[in-house]
Amino acid sequence: MITLFFKRALDDIFKNRFLNLVTIITISLSILIASAFILFFVNTSDIINSWKKGLRIMAYLKPGMDNDGLKDLKLAIQALDGVDNIQFISKQEALSRLKAQMAHQSSLFENLTQNPLPDSIEIRMTAATDSWQNIDSLAAQIEALPQIDEVEYGQRWVGRFAQIISLFRLAGYAMGTLFFMATIFIVANTIRLVIYSRRDEVEIMRLVGATDSFIKIPFYFEGLIQGALGALIGLVMLYIAFIFVSSNVEKGFFPGLFRFHFLSPPLLLAILMISMLVGWLGCFISLKQFLKH
Amino acid sequence: MIDAHEKISIIRLFHVHHTYGPKKALIDITLDIAKNEFVFISGPSGAGKTTLLKLLYLGEPVSEGQVLIDGINLARIPRKRIPHLRRKFGIIFQDYKLIPTKSVYDNVAMVLEAAGAKNRLIQKKVKSVLRLVGMEDRLKSFPPSLSGGEQQRIAVARAVIGDPKIILADEPTGSLDDESAAVILDLLRGVHIRGATVIIATHDKALMRKTGGHVLHLQQGRLETSTFIEKQYDNAIF
Repeated sequence: MITLFFKRALDDIFKNRFLNLVTIITISLSILIASAFILFFVNTSDIINSWKKGLRIMAYLKPGMDNDGLKDLKLAIQALDGVDNIQFISKQEALSRLKAQMAHQSSLFENLTQNPLPDSIEIRMTAATDSWQNIDSLAAQIEALPQIDEVEYGQRWVGRFAQIISLFRLAGYAMGTLFFMATIFIVANTIRLVIYSRRDEVEIMRLVGATDSFIKIPFYFEGLIQGALGALIGLVMLYIAFIFVSSNVEKGFFPGLFRFHFLSPPLLLAILMISMLVGWLGCFISLKQFLKH
Repeated sequence: MIDAHEKISIIRLFHVHHTYGPKKALIDITLDIAKNEFVFISGPSGAGKTTLLKLLYLGEPVSEGQVLIDGINLARIPRKRIPHLRRKFGIIFQDYKLIPTKSVYDNVAMVLEAAGAKNRLIQKKVKSVLRLVGMEDRLKSFPPSLSGGEQQRIAVARAVIGDPKIILADEPTGSLDDESAAVILDLLRGVHIRGATVIIATHDKALMRKTGGHVLHLQQGRLETSTFIEKQYDNAIF
């Protein structure tokens, strides 16, 4: 029976190929746009996460601290919530690190009579300290300690960037919902046109004893096939665009630092399923209205 | 106690009325059709013949009165049982009602597919029934490529393939030449001999005389007479 319904659905798609093509193109464009958003969020999230991994707080100490004071300070910082490990960097070590980093501009250090750098403590956070609010709060607590002169976490702007991405994500959800509804509406209307063009056939089927399910199931298959084809076309278009765009962006903005990747197989499968659901829902809405009469 | 008359009735109508807006199509129809009867519903155009047939298979809802088909009261039948009711009927429409985009095979097979029959059985029965109506070589043809007589034969094949208890035929020979009409009538007689109740709506008196049977005469929506006529001649051309 399933084979019969599937055959009938394919037959109907072929016979009403223009209307079906319109539906499939509509679905594929919606999938393309929605998936492009998903792809953007997946990659930006990865970028932010990779930045987060390297994120640390540098606490610069007031000059003239003795060993006991340093020990007390280390204990005080270590006791703070969200601190994973700390490392003391003496002013001498900091200078040698700086010299190593600026090996090509070594002439800058030639006239240096004394070390201008302060002692510092590098603080790494626990994995649980993942929100920007937590990092800000930890930094403020460290800065409030009397032995601390200044606190710096260079990637402060990363938090702002993440907040902007969050806003984008919200906009993405809203647009995704809108596309989802619009696509269902368009699919429902094209299916309604198909059913309307075949109303005599449906009527004859009813007169010879066909149940509503017998009439409906091939249309549902039709919706599922439309959804699947729409998703496949949309995702192939997205992949082609991704190949072109990602290599250029990688070279231009993140040379050797970051590699964009396409949607993961589970995500692709989820998009395919959602697209098939859209096709099915469109059919369901149309048929419910049509067969009521 | 069940009376003997009720036992053999397959269709019973009690004071049935039907209206299309203000127009009364059927007025106070009470009748009884026994199993395996050959019945003609006669009357001029607009007498209510087609409406009466439609009420039987719920092509139209009954406005007033009771209709019983094989013991089922149509006023109380749940919507989901209507397809099962319709499978008791084989319906031949005046305009054939074949699906133009489906092949002859698919048009006929649809009845068994809708009833959930197995594919092998469907293939066997479709071929057999198309052989019966002399259309076995047109399996893959589409209705628009067939003549009126051929289309009507396909409609008969579709009506009989499910071995229905009741055949309803609305002017089955109305638009056919005498030869094609004789073929259709022979097919209907064959179905009747095999045990089906056949009900034909027609205004063709010659057709009634040729076959004989129970004649219900409608006039302006009322059942005027219910008579039995004998088969008068047996010539294929009438």
